[in-house]
Amino acid sequence: MALQSLDIKARSATTTPAPGARGTIPVAKLIDISKCIGCKACQVACMEWNDLRDEVGTNAGTYDNPRDLTDQSWTVMRFSEVEVQQGKLEWLIRKDGCMHCADPGCLKACPSPGAIVQYANGIVDFHEEHCIGCGYCLTGCPFNIPRISKKDSKAYKCTLCSDRVAVGLEPACVKTCPTGAIVFGSKEDMIHHAEGRVADLKERGYANAGLYDPQGVGGTHVMYVLQHADQPELYSNLPKDPSISPLVGLWTGIAKPLMSLGVGLAVFAGFFHFVTAGPKEVEEEEKAD
Amino acid sequence: MSTFIQRYTARERINHWIVAITFILAALSGLALFHPAFFFLVNLFGGGPWTRILHPFIGVVMFLFFMVMAVRFWGLNRITPADREWRKRIKDVLCNRDHGLPEVGKYNAGQKYLFWIMVVSIPVLLLSGIVIWQPWFAPFFPIWLMRVAVVVHALAAWIIILGIVVHVYAAIWVRGTVRAMTRGTVSEAWAKHHHRAWYRQMTGK
Repeated sequence: MALQSLDIKARSATTTPAPGARGTIPVAKLIDISKCIGCKACQVACMEWNDLRDEVGTNAGTYDNPRDLTDQSWTVMRFSEVEVQQGKLEWLIRKDGCMHCADPGCLKACPSPGAIVQYANGIVDFHEEHCIGCGYCLTGCPFNIPRISKKDSKAYKCTLCSDRVAVGLEPACVKTCPTGAIVFGSKEDMIHHAEGRVADLKERGYANAGLYDPQGVGGTHVMYVLQHADQPELYSNLPKDPSISPLVGLWTGIAKPLMSLGVGLAVFAGFFHFVTAGPKEVEEEEKAD
Repeated sequence: MSTFIQRYTARERINHWIVAITFILAALSGLALFHPAFFFLVNLFGGGPWTRILHPFIGVVMFLFFMVMAVRFWGLNRITPADREWRKRIKDVLCNRDHGLPEVGKYNAGQKYLFWIMVVSIPVLLLSGIVIWQPWFAPFFPIWLMRVAVVVHALAAWIIILGIVVHVYAAIWVRGTVRAMTRGTVSEAWAKHHHRAWYRQMTGK
């Protein structure tokens, strides 16, 4: 979204600083799973605001509908039935979608300049017009979020309604949530809000309630209040300590500059060998023959 | 007595140059996606998406023609004890002190090592490339495997690019070599000096 072109913090495949004169407060969306009733109004609002219409799928025996994120479904409610205590069934419903990492693996892995940007407010956004469809963002993401469209081979995911946030509105899912399970504001305020919720949950017997703001990816701009923060895997395999794969770090951080340098040095070595040792000629033998 | 000896047939030359041209195109398009410093190379291929679309097809053509070439030259590239001897004197070779080097057949040790590097790295590039080939094959592989494949692909590409830099330079450095692949012939003097065993085999001298 060009609307925020001056508030950029990081830009994919760019080795010089992004335009960052204008600063804004980091924002965050807080999803309180203990308040979610699984109504999927957020999915509908997301489709409405972003003009998305997924194909009608089939029932797979769960309430998950659609069954996975797609280029048309940027958020999906994932339903899991668990018994943390024997005999006490819990229905944990997690709104899955982009977590907007402070250290975004997708952006790190992307080879196309400006196809992925991180705004000063923390939103990580895909600029599909620059996307080349290579799928490297999939390898960078620790949460398995980006989806390559079968129609146009571009990567899509939740934008945190960057267009709405840019003009002072909250994301569409937040606006529509009927129970107040999704709230939006400055990251600081959201952490403060979450502390109150966690204290409340602890009082109600959820001793391990806590905030999910994983530090392995530098914290996220979409956070969860979890009843069982010690076991995030209960929530449809939410990773306990997500981080960018070391393979991606190895490749982008070390291999790329060193290998590029290596190729350059090889070419220079050849040139300098030529101007010092000189060509290998066989004229003498030719005369002798 | 003709002063030139046939080194490569027309078929061998065509085969070599198809591999060479596809290699250059694959390397340039691959580098474009490898480091932002090379991203401008996408302009040679019609932009970012076209580079992403074309690169794997170019690679497959290179693989197929290289396999034909590998079969052609396989037997001539077996490493012999004389090659090890030659390798030990690589410093003399580089400094153009060629007197008393062990006799070389059609290929010297350096050429043979390049051959084996390509025999290993081109199939590795094909297999790792298929795993990350969007949108056709990548969706069938788990993400962890794609992560591995991206690194393996880059590493194999790096090794082969370095190998080809040496290969091209050696052809320029050793005077009279390029015509082996452009005209198919080399001078007798060239053959006698650089590949004496092959020279004797060809001329019976």
